[in-house]
Amino acid sequence: MGHLRFPSRVPVIAVTGAALLVAGCTSTKSGGSDTSASSGGKVSIGLVTKTNSNPYFVKLRESAQAEADAKGAKLIALAGKFDGDNQGQVDAINNLVTQGVKGILITPSNSTGVLGAIKAARDKGILVIALDTATDPASAVDATFATDNEAAGVKQGKYVKGALGSKKPAVVLLDGTPGSTVDDLRHKGFLAGFGITSGSSEIKGTAVTNGDQTKAQTAMENLYQRDHGINAVYTINEPAAAGAAQALSGKTGVVIGSIDGSCTGVGNVKSGKFAATVMQFPKKMAQDGVDAVVDFAKTAKKPSGFVDTGSQLITDKPVAGLDSKDTAWGLKNCWG
Amino acid sequence: MTTTHTSPTTPEAPTARPPAKSLLARLIGNAAAGPLAALVIAVIVFALTTDTFFNLDNGSLIVEQFLVVGTLALGQTLIILTAGIDLANAAIMVLGTLVIAKLGQHSMPGGLALLVGVLLCTAVGAVSGTLVTRLRLPPFIVTLGVLSVLTATGQLFANGESFAVSSGVLTFLGKRSYLFGQIEVTYGMGVAIVLIVGLWFLLTQTSWGRNVYAVGDDEEAARLTGINTRRTLLSVYVLAGFVYAIAAWQALGRIPNADPNAFQTGNLDSITAVVIGGTSLFGGRGGIPGTVLGALVVTVLTNGLTQAGIDSLYQQVATGILVIVAVAVDRVVRRRAA
Repeated sequence: MGHLRFPSRVPVIAVTGAALLVAGCTSTKSGGSDTSASSGGKVSIGLVTKTNSNPYFVKLRESAQAEADAKGAKLIALAGKFDGDNQGQVDAINNLVTQGVKGILITPSNSTGVLGAIKAARDKGILVIALDTATDPASAVDATFATDNEAAGVKQGKYVKGALGSKKPAVVLLDGTPGSTVDDLRHKGFLAGFGITSGSSEIKGTAVTNGDQTKAQTAMENLYQRDHGINAVYTINEPAAAGAAQALSGKTGVVIGSIDGSCTGVGNVKSGKFAATVMQFPKKMAQDGVDAVVDFAKTAKKPSGFVDTGSQLITDKPVAGLDSKDTAWGLKNCWG
Repeated sequence: MTTTHTSPTTPEAPTARPPAKSLLARLIGNAAAGPLAALVIAVIVFALTTDTFFNLDNGSLIVEQFLVVGTLALGQTLIILTAGIDLANAAIMVLGTLVIAKLGQHSMPGGLALLVGVLLCTAVGAVSGTLVTRLRLPPFIVTLGVLSVLTATGQLFANGESFAVSSGVLTFLGKRSYLFGQIEVTYGMGVAIVLIVGLWFLLTQTSWGRNVYAVGDDEEAARLTGINTRRTLLSVYVLAGFVYAIAAWQALGRIPNADPNAFQTGNLDSITAVVIGGTSLFGGRGGIPGTVLGALVVTVLTNGLTQAGIDSLYQQVATGILVIVAVAVDRVVRRRAA
């Protein structure tokens, strides 16, 4: 349930929001009549991602499309305009309902703003599955297919601690966006896996990076300037890790851990820019989601609860006692 | 284009300036006094409160961190001086980095890829400028549209990838060297200095520069004094586009990896730097030295507050307050001058 990047920033929204929303409303409300329902007897499946642009969601959409094609289903993919675009997602859900889809797969924006529209869809008998990110409460949807982000964070934390060996830890935490569920879970997981708490003296600094590599680089440079003894870095995602690696290039002995498993990220592990990443599997989320809707159309059976699509530690410098795969495996299974 | 004075009804700088101008005042202009004071105060405070701020290494770091947004802000200054605003500058730059990096990866030598990028960014500037001057559209709207188009174009072009850069020409500005054996500098700093001095010279020492100020102060009055206001405005947008291309080159030097999701707030960061630098959002007042100082203030704040252990969200609060103060000061100065 993580996302690779946080492509939209609040200030940008402030400037562009109004115009984009107008555009979003006009393009997503064009569905209109009920007659377009499940054309040619095919099962119609709606997919609503957070944005169209983030490579993670691009991959998710492509995988869903491929699976839908394989199963003879029709996929209608819509998206919000930016991360946090509740209105765009609500419009998309309404549009899918009027188009008569059998099920909706949604990566919900992190607030509760889309729950009303989801409820309305479920009331009409549509199966709704959250992909990648859970809703709050989780029971707002029929089921959630996602990475257990806390578990992924634990893997990162355990690895970075293990890679330090007997060295006294001096940790920097490069977070994503405050308040985001995914961020909180990964952050919490990392601390637990590392064996420290948010008040521990081992933590030498934290910074908000919004998952933007340029921001992460500046933050890492400034934190390193403050304390040259830093030897362990938590990063919310791989662009943040890339920024940290650039800031620390030429400095040895700093262990950078990350999460996501994009091909770029695995490549950075291979080249030694960061020590490890925890891969998640958007392809599996998408495939399982599409399969679940197709099954539902045939058998009326609904999936339920949280289904962990798994995560895998990728590193070329394994630590004893931790399950990991090397980057050769990683490059075969990476996304984007 | 031969006019040497702004219209007689614009008592711009003279009334606001003290009668005897020091060399410093003449070089940086009055509008830059505020940000200079802010910078000096910030440096003193951080030097006293942290052990790690006041040293050569950190000085180099601050200049390095200044380069990309500072360069964007230089282009932004040109446009704001004409009472316009550019919401698209970071998007132009990011598209530039993507195109340069992608071409450099596969089909072209780095230098040629860079040239294509420069032409592309400059051309986008020309398009914006044409829309502003020919169709008389507000710059806010034109650049808002361009922002939207280019952001999407960048995403489509990259298709979910980021492009690594290895060509020496393209990462040249990030290369490090040492002055006097111990001051770390990058080639990007040299390019920035050339750009800063060049733009300062154009704006303050040429008739073109005086025309830019005149157009920004009162376009109609400028037109009546015989200035070709359209041509002046168009040239500003074209030049700004070129400056954004240099920013793209700086960005590749800093992170040799072009990412469509980078610099999401670059446009607003550059506006912040220009405004803190004392350039008026209403046009005609301010200039390059102020912007350099404004961008440095923002960089020093982020750097120093981080080293002082202040949460990054409070850093945003501090920057926001500074922006409001800067605009308030501009308002007061304007009211007095009027």
